[in-house]
Amino acid sequence: MPTDIPSPDLAYAPIAPLLIVFAAALVGVLVEAFAPRGSRRALQIVVSVAGLLAALVSTVLLAGTQQLVFNEAIAVDGPTLFLQGTLAVLGVASVLLLSERSLDSSGGAVVARAAVLPGSREDAALAEATEVQTEIYPLAMFSLGGMMLFPACNNLLLMFVALEVLSLPLYLMAGLARRRRLLSQEAAVKYFLLGAFASAFFLYGVALLYGYAGGVELREIADATASAAGNEGLLFLGLAMLVVGLLFKVGAVPFQAWTPDVYQGSPTPVTALMAACTKISAFGALLRVLYVGFGRAEWDWRPMFWAVAVLTMVVGGVLAITQTDVKRMLAYSSVAHTGFLLVGVDALSRQGLSATLFYLLAYGFTTIAAFAVVTLVRDSSGEATHLASWAGLGRKSPVVAATFAFLLFALAGIPLTSGFMAKFAVFTAGVEGGATALVVVGVVMSAVTAFFYARVVVLMFFSEAPAAGPTVAVPSVFTAVAIGAGLAVTVVLGVVPQAVLDVADRASRFVS
Amino acid sequence: MTDLPWLTILGLVPLVGALVVAALPSGRDALAKTVALAVSLVVLALTIVMCAAFEPGGDRFQFVQAYDWIPAFGVQYAVGADGVALVLIALTAVLVPVVVLASWYDADPSADPLRRVAGTAASATAGASGSASSRRVGGGTAVLDPPQPAFAEPVDSLPPRRSVKTFFALLLLLETMMIGVFAATDVFLFYVFFEAMLIPMYFLIGSYGGPRRSYAAMKFLLYSLFGGLLMLAAVIGLYVVSADAGEGTFAFERLVGLEMSTGVEIALFSGFFIAFAIKAPLFPFHTWLPDAGAESPVGGAVLLVGVLDKVGTFGFLRYCLPLFPEASRILGPYVIALCVIGILYGALLAMGQKDLKRLVSYTSVAHFGFIGMGVFAFTTQGQTGAVLYMVNHGLSTGALFLVVGFLIVRGRSRSIPDYSGVANVAPVLAGTFLVAGLSSLALPGLSTFVSEFLVLVGTYPRYPVAAVLAAIGVILAALYVLLMYQRTMQGPLRLPALLGDRMPDLRGREVLAVAPLLALMVVLGIYPKPLTDVINPAVEATMQDIGQSDPAPTAADGAED
Repeated sequence: MPTDIPSPDLAYAPIAPLLIVFAAALVGVLVEAFAPRGSRRALQIVVSVAGLLAALVSTVLLAGTQQLVFNEAIAVDGPTLFLQGTLAVLGVASVLLLSERSLDSSGGAVVARAAVLPGSREDAALAEATEVQTEIYPLAMFSLGGMMLFPACNNLLLMFVALEVLSLPLYLMAGLARRRRLLSQEAAVKYFLLGAFASAFFLYGVALLYGYAGGVELREIADATASAAGNEGLLFLGLAMLVVGLLFKVGAVPFQAWTPDVYQGSPTPVTALMAACTKISAFGALLRVLYVGFGRAEWDWRPMFWAVAVLTMVVGGVLAITQTDVKRMLAYSSVAHTGFLLVGVDALSRQGLSATLFYLLAYGFTTIAAFAVVTLVRDSSGEATHLASWAGLGRKSPVVAATFAFLLFALAGIPLTSGFMAKFAVFTAGVEGGATALVVVGVVMSAVTAFFYARVVVLMFFSEAPAAGPTVAVPSVFTAVAIGAGLAVTVVLGVVPQAVLDVADRASRFVS
Repeated sequence: MTDLPWLTILGLVPLVGALVVAALPSGRDALAKTVALAVSLVVLALTIVMCAAFEPGGDRFQFVQAYDWIPAFGVQYAVGADGVALVLIALTAVLVPVVVLASWYDADPSADPLRRVAGTAASATAGASGSASSRRVGGGTAVLDPPQPAFAEPVDSLPPRRSVKTFFALLLLLETMMIGVFAATDVFLFYVFFEAMLIPMYFLIGSYGGPRRSYAAMKFLLYSLFGGLLMLAAVIGLYVVSADAGEGTFAFERLVGLEMSTGVEIALFSGFFIAFAIKAPLFPFHTWLPDAGAESPVGGAVLLVGVLDKVGTFGFLRYCLPLFPEASRILGPYVIALCVIGILYGALLAMGQKDLKRLVSYTSVAHFGFIGMGVFAFTTQGQTGAVLYMVNHGLSTGALFLVVGFLIVRGRSRSIPDYSGVANVAPVLAGTFLVAGLSSLALPGLSTFVSEFLVLVGTYPRYPVAAVLAAIGVILAALYVLLMYQRTMQGPLRLPALLGDRMPDLRGREVLAVAPLLALMVVLGIYPKPLTDVINPAVEATMQDIGQSDPAPTAADGAED
């Protein structure tokens, strides 16, 4: 360590997407503070959407940049920009879902005062009230900013900061569901406690790796592993603990236990944000850490990742079968998809990287649309998430049911959907990377996952509706746009994926 | 004329038709049916013209088109038809209008005059027309089951009304996929159609099928998907092998003759084989078929057994053998053994069935045994016979399913003991039933005889024991068909109670649906040459791909490994 502090070389242009999103979040806070109550919602939507779109534009303009900035702490390269762009678009979709007001009778999916004790008199009054708060917009924007920073971090300490920036608002947002308050608060506490554990693991791992490599920059770790000079015990322990923190965020087995509860308890738009964006961001970070930092120590982590990938696919797929709640089912399905994604990560090749990037994009859009459809099916107590109440939906509302069926088929990986192309790309990379056995497990588990997706289709289309079933609410333009965009991307990537595959391929180079 | 993109047009016409039908307003059922029929007839006409343009002695693949689709994976949109694909596309094009015509009321049984007559005959005689019109009034939504006689079990009840236009849109969508799967000459494209095809069929069974339809639909989907996903692993493996050998590709003609180690070849062969064996289905992968065949609406069953399952045997011939000749040679004898078991087992189970549709499904298991045996016999005669068998089986089993369906529409029961002496009251129905049945048991003079004979003749030089055992299957076939005929059509008159002692004979629409199939059976039975002329070169090309030549016809000792 040099004793004098070097003055960092500050290049703001390459991190414009981050600056824009964080600026939009700060403006959101100011809006909360100073704008009159009546105009806040409109202002917040405009600020958030405009900020995310501007971030998207800036990632497009930056395309092709391969640069380390801020003393090599932030890497602006293909994967960073690809994921930031994806996150910006999916962020817009999430903000649109958060802005939906016409579904819930009392307006919005988010409670006005989250601190009220569930079951108390105030809580009962709150359920009837049409009071709406708008802090969730800046919270979501801060979280999205953290998510965009996370895969860009080339320095483990900064990565920890990004992890916290993205996580803390999410912990809060998980507890903001307007209906079923107790479940929502439970989700928030669970997510916070387990998340804090995972963060601690991550941080301890960073400390140990500092002991191993004498630095927290990925380049320093890569150099240390190349020269094989350091203490291997520190490397193994540090890597393992670091990876625990990351695997927690992507929801891989055995760190998946929080997903079903948190996905179920959170307000569904927030669940959509978590399922799509958090996973994308965390996979981006995982890819960077493994490919850039530990690429040369592959024998130290690839066997472990084989085991994790197999476990994740099997546990996610099998447990999803037993679920009776649609949000929990989608949660376990997201665990299974994490397993499929890990096949691509494990390939440790350029194909693996580009396939994983493509998969993340495809999966994000399909998932966000799927959760958006979940918000539409409602009964008197809010969303009707029990699968039994979805029976006969195809008769009552053919368009919504057909949309959901298509999204489920995409998640199952049926050809002519983005899910198939993504799976194909990942599995091809897996076989090329020598992980044929992993791919065989993957295809078998795909058949298992198809079972529970198809079961929902059976329920919706082949079963009779229960007498007092839920109704399908007519969404406002916000949700409709989010679903439409998700559906369109799912179709387009399933039929003509070449353009996006090209982008993902060009983006699949880390700067180091 | 061959410059036209025939195969693409053939695929697009039903797709557009499906979209048009689906977009019609939901009240216009009659219009939806008419449009579907017209579209399927247009496809048939186009197919006939295309077949006329096909030059039997010309290139192996004709009407070829190839465009880059996903260059990142080396995937092309590549179509082309050899003789085998051509006849199967023609079979598809023939069966779809037949199915449309035969399924006219399947989505909306309450609109079917036949079923209304059946429903009222037992209770009243005079009020038939009156009750018919009163039920019409319900029109769009409320028309469900007409009043059921008390003795009718739920199994026999009239299925509820479902969306008519969706039914026909799904049929047309399925036609696109079926044509695509046969026309594809890119393995990836083939796979896409192979899997995507499941979805419309899944909805046809699940939405429009019998009482246990969701179980059957699920079983069908899961079996097929499982096989399909194993095949996906093999497809990926094949791509990686081709990438290691130079450039990654899925183009069939470039994959043929790819060098790989025997172990890899056997692994990849197994992935393809299991998928196709489930699809076909061969013993022991057949258990989904009786359920799917029995619960599917009759039109769906005709297409399922007549065309969809052929994709499996087509896949053996087109993909398993040429791509993996070494593995095919090593594993061929085991496959033949499975086929022989299937022939005997399917026939025995068919004899034991009390459910008409299950019976027909099990006969198909036996027939697919024959087809598989012909393919893996590695002789020109065997393979030509197998391809002919695919076509003829589509015609004969299709006809059998249709006639059985007509019977079930009248009696609302699938149970064989419920019927006896039907020939007394419905001679035309009984007659077509007999012809279809005789075709199914391969009576000389009908088309199936030619193919069964060729398969046996082609198998004998290499696998004499298998051929002899399979010949027993021919006798069993006579038993199950004739027993079924005898039990239901002959003897003293006994009908399901709701019919009383009257049963309407086949109507004009039904005759129109089944007659072309019967006519084709007779014509192709007497003069199969147009088909064999087309099939032979394709089969010879396959034989060349796998480096096999026919053993000397005298070879009693020809049972080399």
